[in-house]
Amino acid sequence: MSNISKAFANGKAFIPFITCGDPDLETTAAVVKAAVANGADLIELGIPFSDPTAEGPVIQEANVRALEGGVTTDKIFDMVMELRKEISIPLVFMTYANVVYSYHWDGESFIRRAAECGIDGLILPDLPFEEKEEFHGLCRKYGIDLISMIAPTSSDRINMIAKEAEGFIYVVSSLGVTGVRSEIRTDIGSIVEQIRTVTDVPCAVGFGISTPEQAAKMAALSDGAITGSAIVKLIARYGKESAGPVGEFIKSMKDALSKVH
Amino acid sequence: MTNPKGRFGQHGGQYIPETLMNAVIELEKAYDHYKDDPEFNRELKELFDNYAGRPSRLYYADTMTKDLGGAKIYLKREDLNHTGAHKINNVLGQALLAKKMGKTRLIAETGAGQHGVATATAAALLGMECVVFMGKEDTERQALNVYRMRLLGSEVIPVTSGTATLKDAVSEAMREWTSRIDDTHYCLGSVMGPHPFPTIVRDFQAVISREIKQQILEAEGRLPDAVLACVGGGSNAIGSFYHFINDPGVRLIGCEAAGRGVDTWETAATIATGKLGIFHGMKSYFCQDEFGQIAPVYSISAGLDYPGIGPEHAYLHDTGRAEYVPVTDAEAVDAFEYLARTEGIIPAIESAHAVAHAMKIAPEMPKDSIIVITISGRGDKDCAAIARYRGEDIHE
Repeated sequence: MSNISKAFANGKAFIPFITCGDPDLETTAAVVKAAVANGADLIELGIPFSDPTAEGPVIQEANVRALEGGVTTDKIFDMVMELRKEISIPLVFMTYANVVYSYHWDGESFIRRAAECGIDGLILPDLPFEEKEEFHGLCRKYGIDLISMIAPTSSDRINMIAKEAEGFIYVVSSLGVTGVRSEIRTDIGSIVEQIRTVTDVPCAVGFGISTPEQAAKMAALSDGAITGSAIVKLIARYGKESAGPVGEFIKSMKDALSKVH
Repeated sequence: MTNPKGRFGQHGGQYIPETLMNAVIELEKAYDHYKDDPEFNRELKELFDNYAGRPSRLYYADTMTKDLGGAKIYLKREDLNHTGAHKINNVLGQALLAKKMGKTRLIAETGAGQHGVATATAAALLGMECVVFMGKEDTERQALNVYRMRLLGSEVIPVTSGTATLKDAVSEAMREWTSRIDDTHYCLGSVMGPHPFPTIVRDFQAVISREIKQQILEAEGRLPDAVLACVGGGSNAIGSFYHFINDPGVRLIGCEAAGRGVDTWETAATIATGKLGIFHGMKSYFCQDEFGQIAPVYSISAGLDYPGIGPEHAYLHDTGRAEYVPVTDAEAVDAFEYLARTEGIIPAIESAHAVAHAMKIAPEMPKDSIIVITISGRGDKDCAAIARYRGEDIHE
């Protein structure tokens, strides 16, 4: 049982996503602490990538701001190491395969360093089931969960993916890239039901969830909700003063989830 | 690797979001079926011969040969194809395949605009909807091609993210495909991206080397000593090399865009300066830093201005079967002007990279040796940019 399961031990989980280094790492650290104080159950820390092909404009722009601000993977590791002195909730990295694979030309050193910093899981949206073994072996070696994603188009692939899932399953709410959506039409309930026939690993729904109502609706069908772009938008607006507004937002989301059973 | 699917040695694979996995699996199944289907192949040949104007000529460049004083030089004239470049070979194949799969809409990325124009052309011909993603910087460098695509009934979307060039157009097309899969085929323009694209595009472009082989045997009674082609993603190069891979006597030389030089940051020469990585659906060599961030590459040629190379080229480099050489902007522009003056042929600035390398090696080769240069496209689109490079401002 990995540390990640703790995130799902207190009712429906709320999982915020934050792009590290947007606008700087001091702000990221402050936002992470505010998220924890306001009820986040697990935090996805985005390591910026030059070409984030699964992201919509909001997170793309955050990546640009962070990279232009001079953030690097090494500086992010240092920040996480510091944060771990104060916070104990599960933390996962979300980034792209190349950020891991090419890290100092030695992908294993990325995974090793992530584990040393207290990272519990890794989400790589451009690493599908068929390609995961090369990364999964290293993750196993250092005790990091490689998070699987299941999409609205997965259909006959759901069982195969769910059977080998660990940590939690990231259920992608809709087609397309990350970003705020007014409505989610995918039948999340039947996807989760299908997953449940093969595994008890918790399912959290993400992509396009920006309001407490949406989060509650998605969490009612699963074990939790993930919000990225809505938070990144707040950070774009408030810059270095983001910890307060993001904390309030997270509280509103967690409050909505705590009413869902 | 547990899954050998779509691998060229260690390169290739399918590094894409889960949302797209069933789409590429469906594409692979459809391609496996239609590639051996006599009716599909008859229709494609019909389009190649009567619409695109195949076979393209293999032209003996007599003046250039005499001027350089070494190897006999033949030019494979892909610039004479309908729409003016080799891109049409792949596009006709993929558009026909997409149509058979029941797709009604094509999306594509484009750099110089040649692949975009070819896709817009096939869409017009086959009655399909078409949307082309093109880096904003490239829409300015290649304004004429933007007009051509719109004239052909396509929508052109300028991409402002990242460096606003070819790689960002690919990223944006991938994002679009993720959001609309049911009726849409992503008509990828080079031998790159996730499996099965590198294989499909290669197979449709392999018509180039199939023809070269037959034509050179007719003209000279033997195989060439070297085949040269420019390489960005590498589709005209793999097309030119493919049927010679098992002929070890034929040197295969890919000419990369070195921009202002491989010792500068302003380069797009992936084999010369790149490292193994994972990007745009494939494992291959990419220009990147030690944190895996993709480098903002540069070349005067919008079509070669890409930070990676197709996985089969990466493999041919690993095995030593093909050689990859860098060619600078300055050398390519000289070759662009040289071919215009000596043979009355204005090549695409992309193809001029291959001409430039031929100008270096031909004089050193014996007079009875033979080299073939693939002229992947025509250079009309580049005239304004080359004039600017020479300090002359002309209105298109």
